[in-house]
Amino acid sequence: MKFIITATVAMLTIAISTTAQAFCGFYVARADTSLFNSASQVVLVRDDDRTVITMANDFQGEVEDFAVVIPVPTFIEREQINVADRALVEHLDAYTAPRLVEYHDPDPCSRYELKSMAMDSAHPRSAQVLEESVGRSRGVTIEASYTVGEYDILILSAEESSGLIEWLDENDYRIPKGAEAVVDSYLKQDMRFFVAKVNLKEQAKLGYSYLRPLQVAYESNKFMLPIRLGTLNANGKQELYVYALTRTGRVETTNYRTVKLPTDTEVPEFVQAEFSEFYRAMFEKQTLKEKERGVFLEYAWDMAWCDPCAADPLSSDELRQLGVFWVDGSQGGRIGNGGQAQNVFVTRLHVRYDKDHFPEDLMFQETGDRQNYQGRYVIRHPWKGNSSCDASAYKAAVKERQEREAQTLANLTGWDIDDIRGKIDYIDGVVPEPGDAPWWKRLWQ
Amino acid sequence: MRVFARLFSLLRDPRWYQVIVLSLLLGFGILILDFGIHWQNAIAIFTTAQVTQLVGARFIARVPFDPLSALITSCSLTLLLRTDLISLAMFAAIIAIGSKFLVRVRGKHVFNPANVALVSLMLLSDDAWVSSGQWGSATIGALALACLGFLVLTRARRAETTIAFIAAYGLLLLVRALWLGDPLSIPLHQLQNGALLIFAFFMISDPKTSPNSPVGRIAFGALVASVAYSIQFVFYEPNGPILALIMSAPFVPLIDAISRGQLYRWEQPAAGSASQFKGVY
Repeated sequence: MKFIITATVAMLTIAISTTAQAFCGFYVARADTSLFNSASQVVLVRDDDRTVITMANDFQGEVEDFAVVIPVPTFIEREQINVADRALVEHLDAYTAPRLVEYHDPDPCSRYELKSMAMDSAHPRSAQVLEESVGRSRGVTIEASYTVGEYDILILSAEESSGLIEWLDENDYRIPKGAEAVVDSYLKQDMRFFVAKVNLKEQAKLGYSYLRPLQVAYESNKFMLPIRLGTLNANGKQELYVYALTRTGRVETTNYRTVKLPTDTEVPEFVQAEFSEFYRAMFEKQTLKEKERGVFLEYAWDMAWCDPCAADPLSSDELRQLGVFWVDGSQGGRIGNGGQAQNVFVTRLHVRYDKDHFPEDLMFQETGDRQNYQGRYVIRHPWKGNSSCDASAYKAAVKERQEREAQTLANLTGWDIDDIRGKIDYIDGVVPEPGDAPWWKRLWQ
Repeated sequence: MRVFARLFSLLRDPRWYQVIVLSLLLGFGILILDFGIHWQNAIAIFTTAQVTQLVGARFIARVPFDPLSALITSCSLTLLLRTDLISLAMFAAIIAIGSKFLVRVRGKHVFNPANVALVSLMLLSDDAWVSSGQWGSATIGALALACLGFLVLTRARRAETTIAFIAAYGLLLLVRALWLGDPLSIPLHQLQNGALLIFAFFMISDPKTSPNSPVGRIAFGALVASVAYSIQFVFYEPNGPILALIMSAPFVPLIDAISRGQLYRWEQPAAGSASQFKGVY
């Protein structure tokens, strides 16, 4: 018997029960090594009604045990499904990731050096498969069955949910409670489904040890991402990154609040070593502040450049492969800093969702906003060299700055101010005593 | 005592409440929610609207200058319109106030000023948009309270349009959820939209552009709700209510022709005293 053990964005994941246990347990064990767990990444290319969606799931397990049921807003045909190179999504992730920037104070008696560092937000990536059973079940017709890359794709034309659910049952997949209602609702909204499973022979031939992202191109006036199936499993909150590539400007959700994360703030030097922890804590605090109903903007930028660059902008060729159909891919080559206009605007949204706080699918709109935004955090290293003049004024200013950075960090992350102070290498070597803070600052901590 | 009497007579005009509530919402949006309103745009909209009102009142309608309605339109525009270009914000104010003087049928302007400006800009330019999700559902309680407070303070004068709109829109969402078999948290979430409430309480409620008779207003509210629902959930386009109002506005003269009623005046004159205004804009 197989179980659907998780469903990420736009996907219903199916796997054998033993894998299900290992799958859930696995994420708990990995909590320290990857930035966000249960993370899915979706690249959403959209212009008018034309949409290309690339889905990278972070499922880790035995690929033969895995299958995905993917809802799409409209009926699709064989040629509309493709398999993308995972490196494309990784590159987009690196390019748009929140970044830490460091500056070195110049000799107070007499320039600065800048170095940027992108947050390593690489997520464990996926693997997935399903059982062969092509045929006709009650209410379900397998419209087409074929192989794309390492996937076997079944396009289902279910007319009613019971048919699709029965078909999954007959093929030994067990789906989570409540899935039928959601599938039924989607079908009534003219959405269709396809099933993708790994073809082991093809996979071995191609030589991939992981599963590559699936791509679907379609034309629909629905600018949305179906997330409801992903909220059915009670395995906590899901992490989702949406990279929207559009022609006009920033993308935002119309039925949830899109919030910019705090940015351009100075944080203590030690954050460099703990950037992932810092970012996680800050994100957590911000989601709570938005009552766990916010969609967070992490990056909004014209794809032609970046400053500072966490990674090079994507080349025309890469963009074309991701589905940006209005870019001429023949130019190839990388676009450097300040390079040619690409006419592509990238928006990176980060959502942590569950059924209670995100009852509805994500609905989007493209805005005319082309203002650049990036998650950027700054550390400033004090001058530690010998000074040829009296640097006491400089040192006092640095001490004040270090204390301010400690307060900022405490506010952003909710970390204990004294723990933070303990980790700061104060310029005069003196850690401020807890008592140094006004009494009321500690009152409600 | 005189001061109070004066204040009381001032507050008989419901527009004062509207200005107060909208200003509070604006302050809350800019200072606390930080939802992308540029203060430069706000200044541009408020100033341009007053100048257009002055020019229109003096040279087109030839009536005394009354800043209040233009102030309300400015508040609504600032709350709903998003653009990075000040020139577009100013253009919006000109369209809004200009339409009141230029597009008129039987002594009434046809389009809600802020509404016509929003829709024109959305159609004409890629650089203007409405951020309907930016209020978030966390603050919706406070917002709903402010809106209801407005109804109570104005003693629900001519509130039929608002009530009919919300009731019909809510009903359609509920029926859709029942048909789809969706949990009720979905229609509830769809109703918990700040822009929807601002629209319902401060835009569609505009007595100058709604039908003259109570029955007409109920029919109009329901019409806007049905069109808004179709845009949002049949055609899956955003900003359903705002587009629906502009599409339904031309039906107001028709509804007025069928169902006759009193033309609305902002300041109800006391019995016996002559109205100061030739026509109220």
